[in-house]
Parts: sequence; structure tokens; C-alpha cells
Amino acid sequence: MSDARIERTELPDARYEHGGDDHVFVELDESMSFDANFRAMAITQQIRERDIEGINEIAPANASYMVQFDPDVIRPESVLGELREIAAETDIEEYSWETRIIDVPVLFRDPWTHETLMEFRDRHQTPDSTDLEYSAELNGFDSVEAFIDAFVSAPHMVTMVGFVPGLPWCFQMVPQEDQMEVPKYKQPRTDTPSRTIGFGGAFSVIYPVQGAGGYQMYGRTPIEVLDVDQELPGFEESMVFPNPGDILNYRPVDREEYDAVRERVEAGTYEYDTATAEFEPDEFFESPYEYNERLSEVLYE
Amino acid sequence: MMRILEGGTSTTVQDLGRFGQYHIGMPPSGAMDQFSHRVANALVGNDEDAAALEMTYQGSTIEFTEDAVIALTGAEMPVELDGEPVPMYSAVRVEAGQTLDAEFATEGARTYLAVAGGIDVPEVMGSRSTYTLVGIGGLEGRTLQEGDELPVGDGGADAEAVLGNSVAEERVAGVAPEEGVRVIVGLFDYRLTDESRAELTDAEWTVTPEADRVGYRLEGPELDFVEREQPFGAGTDPSNVVDVGYPIGSIQLPQQPIVVMRDAVTGGGYATVGTVISTDRDVLAQRRTHETVSFEAVTLEEAVEARTARNERLEAIVESLDP
Repeated sequence: MSDARIERTELPDARYEHGGDDHVFVELDESMSFDANFRAMAITQQIRERDIEGINEIAPANASYMVQFDPDVIRPESVLGELREIAAETDIEEYSWETRIIDVPVLFRDPWTHETLMEFRDRHQTPDSTDLEYSAELNGFDSVEAFIDAFVSAPHMVTMVGFVPGLPWCFQMVPQEDQMEVPKYKQPRTDTPSRTIGFGGAFSVIYPVQGAGGYQMYGRTPIEVLDVDQELPGFEESMVFPNPGDILNYRPVDREEYDAVRERVEAGTYEYDTATAEFEPDEFFESPYEYNERLSEVLYE
Repeated sequence: MMRILEGGTSTTVQDLGRFGQYHIGMPPSGAMDQFSHRVANALVGNDEDAAALEMTYQGSTIEFTEDAVIALTGAEMPVELDGEPVPMYSAVRVEAGQTLDAEFATEGARTYLAVAGGIDVPEVMGSRSTYTLVGIGGLEGRTLQEGDELPVGDGGADAEAVLGNSVAEERVAGVAPEEGVRVIVGLFDYRLTDESRAELTDAEWTVTPEADRVGYRLEGPELDFVEREQPFGAGTDPSNVVDVGYPIGSIQLPQQPIVVMRDAVTGGGYATVGTVISTDRDVLAQRRTHETVSFEAVTLEEAVEARTARNERLEAIVESLDP
């Protein structure tokens, strides 16, 4: 397994669409891939650097991106022209970035998400098993333990932030044949505990606040991804902790450690365990498992 | 100071919106009917980005502790000041100690109450707009309730100069329910069957009770997607796509359509099939539960023309007013 590579994805022609008279949406690929995501990030970074008058929002997504603009300042066709020009000049071969590797303690099979998932069993594919049991079986694992092992065996990269403020969508950093996939709930739940670790499609998420949700629920982290008052350590620059390109390392913890970390978070004394490294897509694609191990060493050394 | 005696159904402080944060998942918020919000501010001599109250369905009861000049625009709402009816679309003097009482809207959904000087709550990320989901902006990030006190900004316009201001009815954007709502069909519309694609603009949709600042859930015929092998990462339902950003005004299709409004989730994995043009989001924002909506497909050129016409109408109004 350790010599597996991530095959490069040849992206189709990008699809440019007008979202009303004040948005342009650009789909780089229908399917998720690191190539599509890195290209979305590289292009949006270029758009940001150009600082085009009238463009208010630049939002990279998993395999697409979107800009919102004031049509009284810049015409929709001009925006589209600028985006095509930037895309033509952007080459992800030359793209690398300084990434943060972040330790995310997770109490899997926690009592809070368990209570919620039992409450919404009638909206789930399998009323008689838990979300983890269902996901394990669907992905060909013998046990929930084996599924959790695979889920935490490689880090997950933040490929998009959104839905609600601070929610990271993350894509596990393994070749596609080793990726896991699950459907969302048949009907969305009206409740999800805050800090739930969820999984839907091929994306893991951390729900920042309590609310609606449709992803399978696996556990809960004691740490925050959103602090609107910006009082906690790590939130000095922004009320949102995760950024696209960050790498999350989910680490299973027991109830004792969960409670201890939570206590420090609530006291405002918890410092995130992070490390920084220059992320080189080429090296990652060539030998992802080895590359991930190196990232893990940087974090935990 | 404005003291809230009764909050109403859902009254929030809103300006034109909070921009530059979509990429962290923060929607723009801001007035749902931007045209009416701007007219209200113009009537009392405020800058267009001053914060005003957006009162939904049942308005608020408010005691003024200081002299003020106010204006009401948007949904038709019977409003009294110490028992005397207050005309809409006019600058009106309020004296310290008087109480303004707004009743249930008779036509339209959202009434704007602007006060000279603007509502002076602190800015969060460059805007005073309320975003209740995470509790920021406005007053403590929530809808108003009994006992709240709202500071009014000083540096308001010269009261004597703006008191004659009023806007003729024909200049004002209608809130009448028969107008079509124009959309640019696109984004993932190719995922629909030809029949369903036609149905989107042919059908008459009904606004459900789940219609608020987050989104307008509509009810109508069932729309079908073309069957396909789902792309990697999208999820198994034919309505699923690899998660994307949603334009404000876009129509997403979990099963029945939801039009994404200004407090919406910024992205997700449901196919979007078109976007209400910026001008007509104001119209949709005034549509009430159980009223109908018809989508009219327009070209980008027509959408831009509609916006230009709306800007000219707004400019004519502003120019007709003092100061």
C-alpha cells in the first residue's frame, strides 16, 4: 500500500456559468480530485492578488469556485473574461503553499452524537444500525474499529470552508481507490451537536455550531473551529480556525482526554497543536503514504 | 434611543450587507429588499449604507426616548404614532416620548423603518447587519425583543430639511404578488430532464411556511433529474453534486426548490438550476407564505437591463428628495 501513487487527473474544459447578474460560477470538474481542488485554490489566489475592482467575494470550493461582484462596477462579461485570462495563466505545477498540520482529537462513538443519531433513525438508510456500523459495512470493513482505523490512518485536507461559518470540508489524502464514500442521510436532520465529526460523499466535516445537517455522524471533537468573539487562543486573526489547504489529523482519544481538552478549551487556555510545512503537490502525488507520514512527524515530533 | 416594547414576528437591524467573508462560510445578510431599504434611508437623508430595521409580517412597537425623523417603506403595514396613522414613504417627525406601533403587514412581507442618523449598533466585519445563526451584528446578533434599546446615530440630516420628503407611489417598487420573478437558468440545469427544465419556468410555485432570510422553500410539481452514474465524491442521490458555493438567489433542488436568500448556507451538495436576478430578489423577498411565484427565464443582457432600470428609478427617487 505504501508505494501507491495518486494518479493525476486530466481536468476537462472548465464550465463558466452566470449565477444571476452578480455571480460567476466556474466548475473545474464534476468529480472530486486533488487536481481540481488545487487548481481552484491556485486560481482563486490569483484572483485575490489581482484585486479587481467590483469583485466582493472570491470563494474556492471542492472542485469549483465562485465570485460575487457588484454589476454596477464591473459587467458580468468582463468578470468572465478576467477569470478566463487568469485561468489560462495559472499552472498548478508551479503551485505550492505553506500548510498547517493540525491535531484534531476526536471521541468516536461519543454519547452526544449517539443520542442524536438514534433520534433521527427514521431519516437514515439503516434504522437498525448506527452511522458508523452502516459506513463500515458499506465500505467493506469487518468492524467499526477497522473503519475508524482507516478514517484516521491518513490526514484529511481542508478543500473548502463554508455551509456555515467555519465548517471545513476535508478530503482524505489517499489515492482514490483507498478513499471511502458514504451517502448523506435520506432526509436531513434538524439537529446535529456542535463539534460533530461528520462524513458525506467523500468529505469529512466538523460542524461548528448546533443545527441542521445530513452527514453521517461518527464522533465529537472537544476543540472549536469557530469563535465569533475571537477570545480563544488561535482565533486572533479570524473567527474561523480552518483555512483551505490546512491538513487535519484526526486522532482518536478516550473520554478522559476529551474531557480534559474540553475543560481547557472552555477555560480559554487550550492551544492548538499545529505545525507548518511547505506543501509540495508533486511529492504528495508521487508517494502519498510516505508524504503523510512525514507530515505526521512534523506535527508530533 | 429607541426602546422596543414589542419585538414583532422577526425584526432585525440590517444594512446593505457584509461582504468579503463568503469563503469562510459567512453569507452577506443585509436587507432582503434592498430597494426599499435604500429608499427608506434616502427619505430621512441617511447614507445608503445606514442600518435600519427590517420588520417581517408583524411589526414592532417602539418608544422613542428622543426626537427623531423616521420613514417606512416596503410592505404595506398599518403604523400608528400615539394613535395617529403614519403615512408610508414619507419622512415623519417623532417627538421624544412618542410610541410607534406597527401592525400586521397587509401586503408584502417586509417593512423597513429608517431613522435619521441610522441605528448605531457596532459594526462586525464592516457591517451592522444581523446574522442570527452565529449571533453577530445588529443587537447581540438576534431578532429584537421587549426591553431592547437601540442607539440612534448622531450626525443625522437636518430634520427641518428632510421633513417634506415623500415619494410618489408610482416610483416605488411594487410588492404586488402578480409580478413574475426573473431568473437566469443555468449552473446545473443540464441535470434536469427536458420536461422538468421546462416545468421550472412554466409552473406556478407556492411559497411554503419555510420562507425566511435563509431561504424560500417552494412547493409545486416534482422535478426529475437525468439518471447518471454519480461523479466521485458527489454522493449517491441524483440531486447531489460535489459540494459547490451557492450564489445568493440560486434555486437549489434537494427535492422541492429552495431559493437561497441572504442568510443562506454558502455552499453545499445540491444541484442548483438557476439564479433569481439581483433586481428581482427584492420582489421575492416581499412574497408571503401561500402566495405564488412564477419564474421567468431571461438572458444575461435582460438581467443587466433590469438592474440598470432599477438603478435609474432609485436615482430619480434620491434626486427628488432633500437634502
